[in-house]
Amino acid sequence: MADRSAGLIHRIRDSDIFHSFIHSPTALISSCLLVVILLTSFLCEFVAPHDPFTPASLSLMDAFTPPFWAEDGSMVFLFGTDGQGRDLLSAILYGTRISLIVGFSAILFSVIFGVSLGLTAGYFGGRYETVIMRLADVQLTIPSILMALLVDGVVRGIISRELHDEVAIYVLIFAIGISEWPQFARVARGATLVEKNKDYISAARIIGLPNRLIMFKHILPNILRPILVIGTIGLALAILAESTLSFLGVGVPPTTPSLGTLIRLGNDFLFSGEWWISFFPSFFLVILAFSINLLGDWMRDTLNPKIN
Amino acid sequence: MNLKKITSFVAVALLATVASTAQANTVKWSMKGDSLTLDPHEQNEGPTTMVSRQIYEALVSRGLDMSIEPQLATEWTIENPTTWVFTLRKGVTFHDGSPLTASDVVFSFNRAKSKTSDFKEYIDSVTSVEAVGADKVKLVTEGPNPILLNQISNIFVMSEAWSKANDSALPGDFNADEKTFASSNANGTGPFKITLREQDTKTVFEKNDGWWGTVAHNLDRIELYPIANSATRVASLLSGEIDIVTDAPVQDLKRIDSSAGHTVNSVEQMRTIFLGMDQGSAELRSSNIKGKNPLADKRVRQAFYQAIDIEAIKKKVMRGLSSPAGIITFPGVTGYTKDLDARLAYDPDASKKLLADAGYGDGFDITLNCPNDRYVNDEAICTAVVGMLGKVGINVNLFAQTKSTHFQDLKNGLSDFYMLGWGVPTLDSHYVFSFLYDSKGSWNKVGFDNARVDELIQTMVVEVDPAKRNAAIAEAWAIVSDDISYLPLHHQVISWASKSNVDVPIRPNNEPLFRFATVN
Repeated sequence: MADRSAGLIHRIRDSDIFHSFIHSPTALISSCLLVVILLTSFLCEFVAPHDPFTPASLSLMDAFTPPFWAEDGSMVFLFGTDGQGRDLLSAILYGTRISLIVGFSAILFSVIFGVSLGLTAGYFGGRYETVIMRLADVQLTIPSILMALLVDGVVRGIISRELHDEVAIYVLIFAIGISEWPQFARVARGATLVEKNKDYISAARIIGLPNRLIMFKHILPNILRPILVIGTIGLALAILAESTLSFLGVGVPPTTPSLGTLIRLGNDFLFSGEWWISFFPSFFLVILAFSINLLGDWMRDTLNPKIN
Repeated sequence: MNLKKITSFVAVALLATVASTAQANTVKWSMKGDSLTLDPHEQNEGPTTMVSRQIYEALVSRGLDMSIEPQLATEWTIENPTTWVFTLRKGVTFHDGSPLTASDVVFSFNRAKSKTSDFKEYIDSVTSVEAVGADKVKLVTEGPNPILLNQISNIFVMSEAWSKANDSALPGDFNADEKTFASSNANGTGPFKITLREQDTKTVFEKNDGWWGTVAHNLDRIELYPIANSATRVASLLSGEIDIVTDAPVQDLKRIDSSAGHTVNSVEQMRTIFLGMDQGSAELRSSNIKGKNPLADKRVRQAFYQAIDIEAIKKKVMRGLSSPAGIITFPGVTGYTKDLDARLAYDPDASKKLLADAGYGDGFDITLNCPNDRYVNDEAICTAVVGMLGKVGINVNLFAQTKSTHFQDLKNGLSDFYMLGWGVPTLDSHYVFSFLYDSKGSWNKVGFDNARVDELIQTMVVEVDPAKRNAAIAEAWAIVSDDISYLPLHHQVISWASKSNVDVPIRPNNEPLFRFATVN
């Protein structure tokens, strides 16, 4: 057992990817940032200095405290407080978790949906392929934010207002997920078209393996690389889409704010000099999206054999 | 036509266009929410009346200084204590060109008294309205009514023929979402007429050239653009896209005032913000307590009251621009006294003890319904209330929504605990009692039912001796204050911000009168 895990570590250390990783400052910095963000936001209950969403623990008299280095700032609220006396740092940590959950789930949804459609379309071809890929083309002409707004609007029309806040997150995940699937479908189809004419697939066919097995056991592992790359970049886009929707007021409700909701709430105070209320959530969002994008860039460079 | 002629013709035409655009004075007006309906009898709500006031007129009206002055009636006589005869102004026409007649006035009063009208409490003392000849109208009241003129200054006059021709003989039922032609079109006698109406987006008023009065304004056009987001509204004002904002956000006043070319005017508004607590229902809809209503217990209502730190709300949410209130009326209204306006002390410990005494030591759940585009910082106040009640153990869920659905939910009896603001257009306590405390009052959604108060309200309507009438008002205020039927918060201060060259005189009832506005 010890031998096997030592062997695995050895294998990882010897691999090209690891070598490229430790020699790429961008990959190192961005993944360090990401690890810190992931840890602090998913452990926010333990890390955050305050619990910002228990109304009873807030004091209105703490409202509009500036960051600690400003004149009236205090070390109790490092990044200051918002208009209700909530600690901004804590709110940001809780909000980042929501943004990440929505972003991850949405991208997972579109990967599963898009890759299944793209893979089957590429593999079977024919009329089925035409229908799926033309659908993807049509959807690509609609901006994803518009698509998400459309889904949200339809859902709002269907379910009652009271219920809406409870299901808001799922609606958001679905709305963003459904607007991103065509990219994955296109990439998966393209890669499948290349793979399906290779010898190992012909061999699998000849020995009579069922289509299901060929597609998911043989083709899928071989087309995962490009999907991982666009999935990572898509994650940053999904997080930004979530923030945009929340900023527009159709996303996560203010009772459990995401980064976008926090920016929206702070937006009201931009003219009055309380800049920190929207600045810090925006700053966190930039750092988060930036580090995911850097990591995605590095992955594209490393995982693409044509560039090497 | 030779080339020279054509050129000169084009030049003249161009010059004419340039000249006419230069002379057209347009005021672009913005506020948080839109008027809910153009029908002047459908919904008794501030911004709705603000818009109606520019288009429609009443028999009498309040001028810039808030005193009653003749409008569609030029004079009136009191034949006996219950009979008033109004003589109509000559030469008044509606926007569609038809002349104003006595039967239009009779029609409008009956329309405002109809079941679906939200203005019936204003004139509930009026028992009959009839035309006497072509230019006189006789109003008969139930008893002598000392505040009749104040009340009818809010009854707008519509055209009978136009309303009937457009299936709008009765106002639509706002609470059932029923709209009529008159909800989105208007035909009044006022100084401005509606030329475009896109609810919640854009409303265009144009100068009514056929208006009977002396024109004191120099406007050709008013454009109303509701902008819900405060920061966007202020940005539009500062960038010059908007000329006047009649609800400038408190946090931005300094910023606007410091901008060259903009001015801010603030005035204590005739409006009190309060919370309603449903004490009449057998069971609360949103609470985990079943089978009984915790708010029916006065101790619970007092506990809610004493848990509110109104000074913190004033300092942090309102930035000093509010005065804490003890009753739902304000200085300047008959029956207001400073003593009545004193609040119970803020005392969370007393509040916890009251809850424990009432048997709710562990607290309970309740939903607070709140508008988010109606009053100054309404949602922020509600969020603060949620925190303050949380500290004494009450778990409050905040449900904030746009005002039209908030008011519909409230009027349909779906709200246990809600925010409301009350202005007093008649400047008399009777108005507050008849809507909020009368057991049949249309905005009494807390189920307040006190036989003595109902009796006193009747006295207020018919008593002409001011001393006796004031005594009745004082007694009624004492009863309702002791009962803590509502939880008063504060009298709000409103601020208008405009470009310096746009002069719209500010008024304490927050109603602009664009007929006195000038653009330089």
